[in-house]
Amino acid sequence: MNSQIVKLFGLIVVLFAVLVGFTSYWSVFDAEALKEKTANKRPLLEQQRIERGRILADDGTVIARSVRKGRGDNLRYLRRYPEGSLFGHPVGYSFVREGDSEFEQFHNDELVGNESEFVSLLDELRGQTQEGNDVVTNLDPEAQRVALGALEAVGFGAVVAIEPSTGRVRVLASNPPYDPNRVPFELTELNQNELESPLLNRATQGQYPPGSTFKVVTAAAGLDTGAITLESTIDAPSTIDVQGQPLANADGASYGPIPLEPALTGSVNTWFAQLGEKIGADPLFDYMDRFGFGSTPAIDLPDDQVYRSGVFEGRDLLGRGDPVDVARIAIGQERLAVTPLQMAEVAAAVANGGTLMKPQIWSRVVDPDGRVTERLDPSRYSQAMEEETAAALTDAMEGVVSEGTGTNAAIPGVPVAGKTGTAETPFNDSCVGGGDNQAWFIGFAPADDPEIAIAATVECTDSFGGELAAPIFREVAETLIDDE
Amino acid sequence: MRSARNRELIALVPVALLLSAGFAAVFAQEQAEVGDLSLVYGAYFLAVCLAAHVYLRLRLPNADPYLFPLAALLTAFGLVMVYRIDADLARDQANWFVLGLVLFALAIHFLRDYEVLERYRYTIAIAGLLLLLAPRLPGIGQQVNGAYLGVKLGPLAFQPAEFSKICIVIFLASYLREHREMLIVGARRVLGVTLPPLKHLGPLLVVWGAAMFMLVFIRDLGSSLMFFAAFLALLYVATARFSFVAIGMAMFLAGAWFFASTVPHVHDRVQIWLDPYRDPSNTGYQVLQSIFAQADGGLFGVGFGQALIEIPGTNDPLLPAAHTDTIYSLIVNEVGLFGACAVILAYLLFAARGFKIALLADDGFSKLLATGLTAVFAIQAFVIIGGVTRVIPLTGVTLPFVSYGGSSIVANFVLLALLLLVSDRARREATAAARTGPLAPEPA
Repeated sequence: MNSQIVKLFGLIVVLFAVLVGFTSYWSVFDAEALKEKTANKRPLLEQQRIERGRILADDGTVIARSVRKGRGDNLRYLRRYPEGSLFGHPVGYSFVREGDSEFEQFHNDELVGNESEFVSLLDELRGQTQEGNDVVTNLDPEAQRVALGALEAVGFGAVVAIEPSTGRVRVLASNPPYDPNRVPFELTELNQNELESPLLNRATQGQYPPGSTFKVVTAAAGLDTGAITLESTIDAPSTIDVQGQPLANADGASYGPIPLEPALTGSVNTWFAQLGEKIGADPLFDYMDRFGFGSTPAIDLPDDQVYRSGVFEGRDLLGRGDPVDVARIAIGQERLAVTPLQMAEVAAAVANGGTLMKPQIWSRVVDPDGRVTERLDPSRYSQAMEEETAAALTDAMEGVVSEGTGTNAAIPGVPVAGKTGTAETPFNDSCVGGGDNQAWFIGFAPADDPEIAIAATVECTDSFGGELAAPIFREVAETLIDDE
Repeated sequence: MRSARNRELIALVPVALLLSAGFAAVFAQEQAEVGDLSLVYGAYFLAVCLAAHVYLRLRLPNADPYLFPLAALLTAFGLVMVYRIDADLARDQANWFVLGLVLFALAIHFLRDYEVLERYRYTIAIAGLLLLLAPRLPGIGQQVNGAYLGVKLGPLAFQPAEFSKICIVIFLASYLREHREMLIVGARRVLGVTLPPLKHLGPLLVVWGAAMFMLVFIRDLGSSLMFFAAFLALLYVATARFSFVAIGMAMFLAGAWFFASTVPHVHDRVQIWLDPYRDPSNTGYQVLQSIFAQADGGLFGVGFGQALIEIPGTNDPLLPAAHTDTIYSLIVNEVGLFGACAVILAYLLFAARGFKIALLADDGFSKLLATGLTAVFAIQAFVIIGGVTRVIPLTGVTLPFVSYGGSSIVANFVLLALLLLVSDRARREATAAARTGPLAPEPA
């Protein structure tokens, strides 16, 4: 019987080896995938036991912090947002049951202090519990408050302000706001509120027709490709015929042959439509790509919460080779849909001599001992245009504010460059009771040494960009320039 | 063989130290300070183990020196884990441990001539079957999670299957010792397959019937699998006919497949095993949380006392039945893959020592008894660890010596007593044979 006993033991060894194999599979090899499963609440519950780091504004204002509840096995931390609805966008929220969003979600690893298993083990041996890091943002509470207040006075919309030379995001406001402290109690209501969609970050998820602000992109492409120079003129009658449909100037005036500067100052549609045709659809798409159209902006927010901008056919982006009406794209019509963040990047690229920096909300990570462990290293997204092109365009955009459609954006003693836009949105069903216009202003100041580039937009209004969005630009720009 | 007992004594010291260290770690986690209480617990534990050791020194001086320390190690580990879940449960468990040792001593005292068991083998077999049936009896039976595993007599609740497994192994060892020749000699080859003689097929069919019966009436796939696997192991060792095992396995699988599609509880268990994500917050909750707990542990674990068992701020379980069925998942969670491997290694060493006893024993009953007890013990560990790691469907079997549960602890110490009884005789005879000189001339 002995040889059978030995074989039986061999079988037991094999069976136990299978157990070791399965245990290693679950605990090590498949562990990461298991932690991603929605049925697995452990990662969130574990995180709740870690004191999540704070999120701070540029001036040290606390935007989000954690408060301790219970003790022992019941110890957990809950998230509090002392500034309430001011930073609901773009900071988002983080709760165990409701999950997380926006900045809280993107910077989760830093906030909970996630490290490699090896480092965690060393910490454990040294008796240290995992602690979260603070993340300091570039956000300016005063300017954010001004932007949100200005929007609340006139309607739903968004304001994005970026420091052109670094890509630092100073303001990212979306109206209507929501208070993240209320999320545990009324997430369902917030989600179902289709009339206001308060959880939609209009700055990064609002997809609006850009109207005449897009002429900045067309002008950049025209100058940079050599299709025009500052001196070349295009004859701009009151109406031209494009693809069998008349395309008219907003004021109905006929301008005759004029160069870029008066065409931009007067936002002459027939002039830019012809420029668009002169450039051609494919080169125009090339320049749009350089500005970041067609891609998810490289901002530090979750990809699914930042939408792309471009020419859309339903949900699909059109590009080179697709049948499009380039004349109407050139004046910001056709099926163009853009986010306020994208238009702020357009202004920032012109302001920064044609170099577009990646927009970033975070500034630095500070560990629990107060040491800065990571610092934002501003990086280039693209060279959207030549420096000379940017300089020429800046001159033309200054004319818009000094004597054109954007005079409401003028700041006494500070040169301002900008462009207004008013897109008609007669088919926008979400504009209940409001007007049919999408009012825009994009620009930067001071024009000779830009500190801030801003896009402001208001949806569903009867007013024009110059009347409604330009003053918001001015208020926010004044706040930010005074700060410096 | 004094040195065997000395080895046992030396092996007990690290066990007591491990227990102290484990308690210290749990205290440190809970109170942020390490008192001397952990040392007190360690000292109590060591004292109880020493008492058992002295008893073994007197009664079974030649018995295997490693089995008792291994059992003590697993018990100590279980005590720390249970304490970490609930201090009250751990106190119960400690009492059960002491009671287990008392029964351990009584078994050694009364069964010194364990051949006496052979004489009562049918009585024992019937007792074993009655124990299995008890949970279905009205008034005392208890249904837990759809399976009938518990019995409640007044204040005393226990799981009779734990004791039943010992009875059935004793019966099978005795029965197979007597009939193994017949089974081998009378075997016929039919169509290239060696079949047992029809005359002796009857009792084997009875065992198969009993396993199927358990599946249907007790509705427990785990116990049924454990019993039948132990039976097949014994049958193989007794007859050396692998074909018998294959036939038995085929019959079990056919029966299990049939009942899995007809008995709802068994069917559910199999469905959950195949697709736990179908209803992750309800039927699949336990096995999924068990796996998630292991994923949380990683290589080194999160440390004693640090794993989540309940959802903080509520009383809802995050790891259901953490003190019994899923205690292995908690072990992986807290001490990681390495710790879990150590536990599996402890079971493997226990099995190795058990089979070593069977190899040394020189009469058929002793061999089969040691083999059967070791096999049923190892298979029980496999069934529950396999259940929580999704190797097989999860069923409610305890992890021997580690899980919370009086019946389990007490029954397994009785099992250990029987193994040591067999071992003591086998090693005494081996030593005696060595001392009087070889009976056959040794090769030079």
